[in-house]
Amino acid sequence: MKRTIVILLRNPLSLLGAVLVAAVVLSAVLADYIAPFPEHRGAVVDFVHFNQGPTARNVMGTDLVGRDLFSRILYAFRISLILGVVVLAIAPPIGTLVGLFAGYLGGRAEFVLMRLTDVFLSIPPLVLAIAMMGVLEPTLMNAMLAVTAMWWPWYARLVYNIARSEREEGYVLAAEVIGASTLHITLREILPNCLPAIITKMTLDMGFVIIIASSLSFLGLGVQPPTPDLGSMVAEGARYLPDSWWLTVFPGLAILIAVFGFNLVGDALREILGADQ
Amino acid sequence: MTPLLSLRHVSKTFGSGPGAVHAVRDVSLDVTQGECLAVVGESGSGKTTLANMILGVFGQSSGEIRFDGNGLPVRRTLEHRSAIQLVQQNPLSSLNPKRSVGASIRLGLDVFGIGARSDRWRLVEDALEEVGLPGNFRRRPPAALSGGQCQRVAIARALACQSRLVILDEPTSALDVLVQARVLRLLEDLRRVKGLSYVFITHDLSVVRNVADRVAVFRAGKLVECAETRAIFEDPQVDYTRQLIGAVPVIADDELKLRESLSGGMPA
Repeated sequence: MKRTIVILLRNPLSLLGAVLVAAVVLSAVLADYIAPFPEHRGAVVDFVHFNQGPTARNVMGTDLVGRDLFSRILYAFRISLILGVVVLAIAPPIGTLVGLFAGYLGGRAEFVLMRLTDVFLSIPPLVLAIAMMGVLEPTLMNAMLAVTAMWWPWYARLVYNIARSEREEGYVLAAEVIGASTLHITLREILPNCLPAIITKMTLDMGFVIIIASSLSFLGLGVQPPTPDLGSMVAEGARYLPDSWWLTVFPGLAILIAVFGFNLVGDALREILGADQ
Repeated sequence: MTPLLSLRHVSKTFGSGPGAVHAVRDVSLDVTQGECLAVVGESGSGKTTLANMILGVFGQSSGEIRFDGNGLPVRRTLEHRSAIQLVQQNPLSSLNPKRSVGASIRLGLDVFGIGARSDRWRLVEDALEEVGLPGNFRRRPPAALSGGQCQRVAIARALACQSRLVILDEPTSALDVLVQARVLRLLEDLRRVKGLSYVFITHDLSVVRNVADRVAVFRAGKLVECAETRAIFEDPQVDYTRQLIGAVPVIADDELKLRESLSGGMPA
């Protein structure tokens, strides 16, 4: 763990990633204290300052009803991160279990589980999410559900491939000869050898989940106003380009920073953990 | 005296029809208590298939395997599993790289319910000391051990299960010569002290010369000769055995000639 952090901080790109991720996480956690106008995350109207460019009072300008954009972006980070954390708390465990059992057991279990996974993988992710959100009510909860439903098959594929090659290793045979249960062999013997790949993918996916969630909100299918969300902020401002450029540019940059940061950290982890194996 | 392990007309066929592979054909042999039986043959001669049938990894196609006087079912009881254990060829792959070596040894104790729960780490340390490793090695990952030390851990794992018969599948062929000799001596000592029986699988006759009581020579799934070790080396009855004994490389030229004489006639 210590070694991982040292290597992470030595590479300039990884360091940049770590700084960006830290900045995003800190601003989400400390939004209540950093935001100049915490009350602007809700339904507030300030017609004195509406639709203004960056000023000393509002460093990123204000939106169409006069809310401070900087404050709203900080709270939007919080929503994005919550969404990412929830999706990545549910989808990887489901996919991992499916992949582990399919890869280790083989035969009929493999056929059923992996063909089910293929069915999910064959539907373009955004289309699946849009279809789900069309049926369900567009709320934060349902957005998380939709993104989770399209996310787990990737973990199933990843873990399945690792489990299938680990199954041939001598330590699996040793455990079988001793008579260890299937649960023990999959969860205690094979899973630890899949974890580096899973953790790396989770870090990379944090960025992608933020993009997908933003895309859903951009289309009006995600988080609903007045809750601040990066995707819907970009969508709202797009109509007023290029005159009110700050409405889109700053939320867009916020998405870029978050996704770029998580990707850099993910790439760094892939190298570090990959070398460990 | 009833033999500890007894195989009668055991065969194993993979697949069916014209593509079927007859990995083991009509093999009968016995292993008595405390005996070391070497199973020798080239790659693909059915040695590992034989081991897997004895271990219960898969069942035999026909014939009977008896252990301690009773028939061995394919679905083994806990008792059978703990009594017949395995030491594999590649010590690095046979230990989980992500678990401490102690955890790998303890697995057997937990599955078979050997010793009191609170006592098992001590038993793990005892097993490590028995194979000549310090007990505190149990916390280390396999990567922190040398190949020879890993193989000792694998032997400790088999011992901790209170096994009576250990299948040694090429236990020394991944080790360098000096370590090989030390591991062989350890195996010898353990056999004498604990009265263990070994089925020592190898392709290298010279390795078993000093450790095996009897040698069974396999070729293409068939048992071609089985006799006392001394008899095998001094008075081999079958041509193939003679070739195997001669196959110990001395000079590069000789080795080449021998390889030429061995190739051909060996069914795949």
